Amino acid sequence: MSDGGAPTPEKGKLALYWAASCGGCEIAVLGIDDKVLKVAEAFDIVLWPCVMDGKVRDIEKMPDKSIDLCLFNGAIRTSEQEYMAQLLRRKSKVLVAFGSCAAEGCIPALANMNTREEIFQTAYHDTPSTDNPDGVRPQIETEVPEGTLHLPLFYDTVKTLGQSVEVDYYLPGCPPEPDRIWDALVAILTGQLPAPGSVIGATTTVCDTCPRTRNEKKIKEFKRTWEIIPDPDTCLLEQGVVCCGIATRAGCGALCPTVGSPCIGCYGPNEGVVDFGARMMTALASVIDSQDPDEIDRIIQEGIPDPIGSFYRFGLANSLLRRKALAHNGDGRVAEPA
Amino acid sequence: MSESAFEPKIVGFLCNWCSYRAADLAGTARMKYEPNIRIIRVMCSGRVDPTFVLKALSLGADGVMLAGCHPGECHYIEQNYKTIRRFKMLKHTLRALGIEEERVRLQWASAGEGALLASAINEMVDQVRELGPLYWPGNWADNEGSQDAIQALPREHAEAMEVPA
Repeated sequence: MSDGGAPTPEKGKLALYWAASCGGCEIAVLGIDDKVLKVAEAFDIVLWPCVMDGKVRDIEKMPDKSIDLCLFNGAIRTSEQEYMAQLLRRKSKVLVAFGSCAAEGCIPALANMNTREEIFQTAYHDTPSTDNPDGVRPQIETEVPEGTLHLPLFYDTVKTLGQSVEVDYYLPGCPPEPDRIWDALVAILTGQLPAPGSVIGATTTVCDTCPRTRNEKKIKEFKRTWEIIPDPDTCLLEQGVVCCGIATRAGCGALCPTVGSPCIGCYGPNEGVVDFGARMMTALASVIDSQDPDEIDRIIQEGIPDPIGSFYRFGLANSLLRRKALAHNGDGRVAEPA
Repeated sequence: MSESAFEPKIVGFLCNWCSYRAADLAGTARMKYEPNIRIIRVMCSGRVDPTFVLKALSLGADGVMLAGCHPGECHYIEQNYKTIRRFKMLKHTLRALGIEEERVRLQWASAGEGALLASAINEMVDQVRELGPLYWPGNWADNEGSQDAIQALPREHAEAMEVPA
């Protein structure tokens, strides 16, 4: 650990950072157990705000490319997070989008179904527990007698790390499984890496690692999880439960379907899947056993009341459409030819 | 009339066996229809992955038309029933994202229905022209002021964190 002493010359430098995230990725890093000591043997940790002291100013003063590896978790929703992404990109040789938020937006990106204005209205005015008679809102600049105070700019649209800066490798998962983290660290330390820009992980789906028996899928209705106690041995989708294993990258060991809960897609799209939601729509459309337009409508409307929550729970920011339409968008403007 | 300056770009996915032939028929019969549609021939309307539609919209299309054989007349027996289900699933999702109904349309047109296809295209172009540009990429180009805010940060860090000599 960097405690002010001179770093051992042969040790690499490691930074871990979090942006818009829950902290689960930090816990997942510690989930590699005593192997974390091996990480500390191989690296001097120069920044890890969750567990140790470290100053941004010190990172700013480091020469470019002087950090060997940066594991960056969290999505980008404020100017401060984007600044840190740019800073750590500049200072790092290898930048890894660590976990679902950095890789594809994850839960924070569901905010893309709203605008900044709507979020502020809810958070600072409408919630029953809010007591804000003066209608105070966060301002990026506030004048006080001692000078000017600054807050980061809150974005309308949450971005992935890859939409903000160039990313070398993606490590999916909400959070990544400790075994996969260790595999990735070994791959990075030994230089056995795939092509830059690729995902470090499996190239198959959760279904391929799921122990349930699959037969022909034909269903007349989708069931919410609370409506059914599923048979323990049969594919959940065959029982009408919306299970995302068909579109989701393997890596978790099919933890959820194994215990009777549908896959919700936290490991992100499998290799070759451009848009997770589109793959789910295609797959689910194939299993509906009806040729009657009205019946199809009913099955979809009743069975999937929240299509974004079902299909884009982890990947809205990284999807082709990225967010809900902004009301003022398109006024008098036409897209430039690509 | 500033409205008339906007001409919608519509991407059309037409099936090889019915709707593309309907478009051919409209051409050989010299029926006129709006030039706003860019037609892409696919083997079957069942080939149209929702990804294609989402990608077209995300790259700046103002609308997308899927056209295929009438139900029961599919060259591949029942793939256009799959089209119905996918289309309804896709529309359900697009509605949640705030995309207007008229922008994505499913049209049945047999090889003999050139006039029907031409009038459907005209109707859709009128409706989308009325709605105005979709300009989807603008939805995230708009984190306004972010560059200024980002550039201010290292200055603020220096002010806040440097100990004066």
